[in-house]
Amino acid sequence: MNNISDLELEIFRTLENVTDPEMPYINVVELGMVEEVEIDDNQVFIKLLPTFSGCPALDMIKGDVLRKIKEEIKRWNASLDIEVKFSFNPPWTTKRISEEGRRKLKMNGIASPDSEHKHGHSWEIDCPYCDSTHVTMENIFGPTACRSILYCNECKNPFEAMKPVANLYEKVDL
Amino acid sequence: MTKDNKYISELIYQLADDNFIHSYRGSEWLGLAPHIEEDVAFSSINQDTMGHASMYFELLETLGEGSVDELSHNRKPKDFRNAIILEEANGSGTYLDQPEYDWAFTVIRHLFFGVLKEIRLESLNQSSYEPLIHTSRKIQTEQYYHLMHWKTWFTQLMLSTQEARDKMEQAISRVWRDFGGVISLGKYGKEISDLKLIASEDELRSEWLRRIHQIFDQVGFSIEGNPGMEQGNGRNGEHTEDLTSALNILSEVYHSDIDAVTW
Ligand SMILES: [Zn+2]
Repeated sequence: MNNISDLELEIFRTLENVTDPEMPYINVVELGMVEEVEIDDNQVFIKLLPTFSGCPALDMIKGDVLRKIKEEIKRWNASLDIEVKFSFNPPWTTKRISEEGRRKLKMNGIASPDSEHKHGHSWEIDCPYCDSTHVTMENIFGPTACRSILYCNECKNPFEAMKPVANLYEKVDL
Repeated sequence: MTKDNKYISELIYQLADDNFIHSYRGSEWLGLAPHIEEDVAFSSINQDTMGHASMYFELLETLGEGSVDELSHNRKPKDFRNAIILEEANGSGTYLDQPEYDWAFTVIRHLFFGVLKEIRLESLNQSSYEPLIHTSRKIQTEQYYHLMHWKTWFTQLMLSTQEARDKMEQAISRVWRDFGGVISLGKYGKEISDLKLIASEDELRSEWLRRIHQIFDQVGFSIEGNPGMEQGNGRNGEHTEDLTSALNILSEVYHSDIDAVTW
């Protein structure tokens, strides 16, 4: 008989097959969208954090998670209920993107700003092609809600960066 | 429904409807913004803002006010709680037919609203209704860029040509005459702030004035007095034809095939 932690591992492995349809090379775990996986006798509960609240991909991602998890846990216990919920608590920030996620974004020409970014401070964004810091912000608002458009003055390439999002209240205990 | 819930809903309707109609008016600029980079940026801002409206509608859904779809598409104009200045058309014509939209008006309306929205969010961070704390924190991470965007437009146009300056100053007087309606918490304002859901109208107003005057100072502009509410108070269900026509367009698809919505 398989135990709960094996199931949890399996769920995380399955979530690694769910990607953002607008960035199919990075999965939701690497993006830091998975906040919680809870398993009890009757239910699997998955709490996801939306990157941007108006992101049109959210419904697709939720549907994809539901479908893939359902498929996967059928082999374990078909009677388990599955609930997938988006939550704004805590807010998603760029800090949540994993090292592997950052590497994949970079390979696809998307820089990840300083994960320790604080509001009001200037960003340190390196060109994903030549690593130069000599870059110019062209448009904070890029092709999707979570991306900005920049230009590298060194290698003369336009590139994108994940829009730096920091939580003003990270250190406040509730 | 308890009495407290009634006031909680009342406030959230105001927050939801402001963002909803504001996002819609912004989205009508798609393809018409001054340049292509602005088109990209403004669309993104409108998408975020509609996301904020949707977060507030979700809170209303959990309070038993109806589903998000019903709340956004199936209410009568008199049930809307948005401020009147936010429902006003962008100019004459429609986005399909001879749009003579006013960019100065749009910049001022967005700047004024952005500053108030920031203050409201800071206040909602301390709300006695916990779901508003989480929602406001999430919105703040996105709103930061919106306000920065409109401040940039404001400063550049105010310090540009005389023609630009004149248009901007006209837009300021126009929005000023009705912006009191955005600051208003409506007829239940006292109950709403007594419950500590959000700061009082007076506090919101004086903080808004402080920040707006600070922005004005940087471009050598000043204005006296408090913003007015000449066309009525949208918080109490008073609205103009502009809201009715906007809602008709917004809900056209919803009403054309209810089954398709639940697809
Ligand atoms: Zn470069």
